Amino acid sequence: MALLEIEDLEVEFPNRHGTLTALRGINFTLDESERLGIVGESGAGKSMAAFAILNLISEPGRISKGRIVFEGRDLAKLDEEEIRAIRGDRISMIFQDPMMTLNPVLTVGVQMIETLKAHRDISDEDARKLALARLREVQIPSPEARLDAYPHELSGGLRQRVVIAIALLSDPAIIIADEPTTALDVTIQAEVLALLLALCRDHATALILITHDLAVVSQITERIIVMYAGSIVEAGATRQIIDTPQHPYTIGLIAALPEQNAPGQPLNQIRGSMPSLNNIPPGCAFAPRCDYATDICHRIVPNLTTAHGQSVACHHAGQLQPQESVRDTERAVS
Amino acid sequence: MSDTSTPLVEVRDVHKRFPLPSSFLSSARPKVHALNGVSITVQRGEAFCLVGESGCGKTTLGRTVIGLEKPTRGEVHYGGQRVDTLDDTARKPIRQHMQMIFQNPYASLNPRMTVQQILEEPLRFHCPELNATDISETVNEVMTSVGNDPAWGQRYPHEFSGGQRQRISIARALMVSPEFIVADEPISALDVSIQAQVLNVLMDAQAQRGLTYLFITHDLSVVEHFGTRVAVMYLGTVCELTKTKDLFATPRHPYTQLLLSAIPRMDGQAFKHQPIPGEVPSPVNLPSGCVFHGRCPHANDRCRTEVPLLNSTKSTAQVACHAVEEGRI
Ligand SMILES: Nc1ncnc2c1ncn2[C@@H]1O[C@H](COP(=O)(O)OP(=O)(O)O)[C@@H](O)[C@H]1O
Ligand SMILES: Nc1ncnc2c1ncn2[C@@H]1O[C@H](COP(=O)(O)OP(=O)(O)O)[C@@H](O)[C@H]1O
Ligand code: SF4
Ligand SMILES: [Mg+2]
Ligand SMILES: [Mg+2]
Repeated sequence: MALLEIEDLEVEFPNRHGTLTALRGINFTLDESERLGIVGESGAGKSMAAFAILNLISEPGRISKGRIVFEGRDLAKLDEEEIRAIRGDRISMIFQDPMMTLNPVLTVGVQMIETLKAHRDISDEDARKLALARLREVQIPSPEARLDAYPHELSGGLRQRVVIAIALLSDPAIIIADEPTTALDVTIQAEVLALLLALCRDHATALILITHDLAVVSQITERIIVMYAGSIVEAGATRQIIDTPQHPYTIGLIAALPEQNAPGQPLNQIRGSMPSLNNIPPGCAFAPRCDYATDICHRIVPNLTTAHGQSVACHHAGQLQPQESVRDTERAVS
Repeated sequence: MSDTSTPLVEVRDVHKRFPLPSSFLSSARPKVHALNGVSITVQRGEAFCLVGESGCGKTTLGRTVIGLEKPTRGEVHYGGQRVDTLDDTARKPIRQHMQMIFQNPYASLNPRMTVQQILEEPLRFHCPELNATDISETVNEVMTSVGNDPAWGQRYPHEFSGGQRQRISIARALMVSPEFIVADEPISALDVSIQAQVLNVLMDAQAQRGLTYLFITHDLSVVEHFGTRVAVMYLGTVCELTKTKDLFATPRHPYTQLLLSAIPRMDGQAFKHQPIPGEVPSPVNLPSGCVFHGRCPHANDRCRTEVPLLNSTKSTAQVACHAVEEGRI
């Protein structure tokens, strides 16, 4: 059985005009010690999916449908106290901004010890020892001294390492990392990613890595979910998705990367931009930007089906035929 | 300014220091050493790229070239003429030839002006002789050329997506028919599919209008795709300057090698990254000798004391590294 099973998850935000559906029918599973990537452009719903798992959706948003089964329990049904016992213990979260986790007025040591004591019965001395061991594990130079440091005394890269150390304190079953390296420079990013990968392997921790960067997921994860406008459009083994994407959006996204294009030549581009959630077109949300869209695409929402071993939500999955006429008439870039 | 033998832009040994507020215990004012003896030339028609991690001085160099900052020391020449010493009046005719595009298309467009007003403004400033018909024709031509609907003119910046806004910023820069554009991380804030659209617009504008770019980015895949030459910066210093192709084929400077090995790749190969201990030192207390010596696996005593100069190597690359010069790497 999978460690985590998300079934038909839907998140809604009631607003003045009715309801905005931020996540529509999300399905996926995560196995023990598996590393899963969630990719997609900003606003696709990646963070929303992560927040939903831990019941962190801010009011008035709510999970309106679906199940989040973890270790035999439906997290969507837990009350705040029950979910808090899981959050930061069985499932840890790492955010893009380390200061979402760190308290600016407490030293690193105090925060680590408090986190430990919140979830288990442990003496100050043992907690301090464990904290120190974790700081060593995330390769923070002079860890003893860092225990007494305040977050602002650390660089961005070191702060994110401290956050990883905190995420590891309780030996969680799952770490959810939401754009953990997006704010970091590329050399620091490489170090933090290498560290995250090594730690997840050593501790057999499952990882959900959320990022907009296809190269990052391709180096870290075993499986990928591609999201677009609140839905999953494609899912499958990382290598397969990168090498042989099946959904027109994934195909377009990969083809648009500079490294996939001959130097100096115009880049392949996807026209238009992702619709906002209160303005999702009928049928396939990608249809207005899609080179393969036919009549049915503009009318009926495609379900996830299997094509070449991948799950693809496309009416023409596995048999894509460019629709040149559509391409020409809708060429406007807007 | 039509001489083709002189470089369009020449930066000679430019230093830029930003004084910080003096601390209350000492009267000495600490300084940020943002640029420390930078020399580059940009030839007409180039897409010259500046790369390096945040804080290495890319923006400061771009702003100094375009005249938004005055160098603390050194010279900036444009079209063969020294420009860093000019006052605003003397600079005005030159300013028209240079434009800047910024990273954040949200902050760089005045939210209270319509797109039409935003586009007309630079033209009214630099070409007061133009009449309303000329101006609106130029607006239409430029908007169309960057893939924008000219009918957007009556709307406000907030009505547009990030990619559309960046194309409006590009249109504004093109209004005065510049020959040189400093583009400071113009696509960094955009999503991948939108980055491709905007990069295409920039490349298109270069081909159509014979533009020269100083293109600032931290994204090496963008450099590889469209840069002609590239300067790699570290702590306010150029450590390697070479043809883009050569940089990726044979990186010479130890910092360039570190930087390239850190790029995440999609080719299925495991991480090549060789982490180098330590972090970038503070530009307030600049290290002695080579700015990279504290992290460099090849550093020796000379590196710790003597600043390496940007020397030509046997190939066309210029590298500021004692070990490269001595043939140690
Ligand atoms: N409090 C909220 N109220 C209404 N919509 C929201 C709220 N928070 C996020 N959203 C919307 O949910 C969508 C998904 O956002 P998010 O999960 O943050 O995307 P991603 O992480 O993929 O960039 C976005 O379109 C965003 O506008
Ligand atoms: N106006 C300023 N006052 C003080 N320090 C500055 C100022 N502008 C830039 N700096 C500093 O100069 C260095 C180089 O900055 P910048 O040119 O913005 O780097 P980059 O664009 O490569 O990220 C940084 O340390 C930055 O903090
Ligand atoms: S369903 Fe149609 S519109 Fe959507 S991605 Fe597939 S071909 Fe394109
Ligand atoms: Mg997000
Ligand atoms: Mg900058």
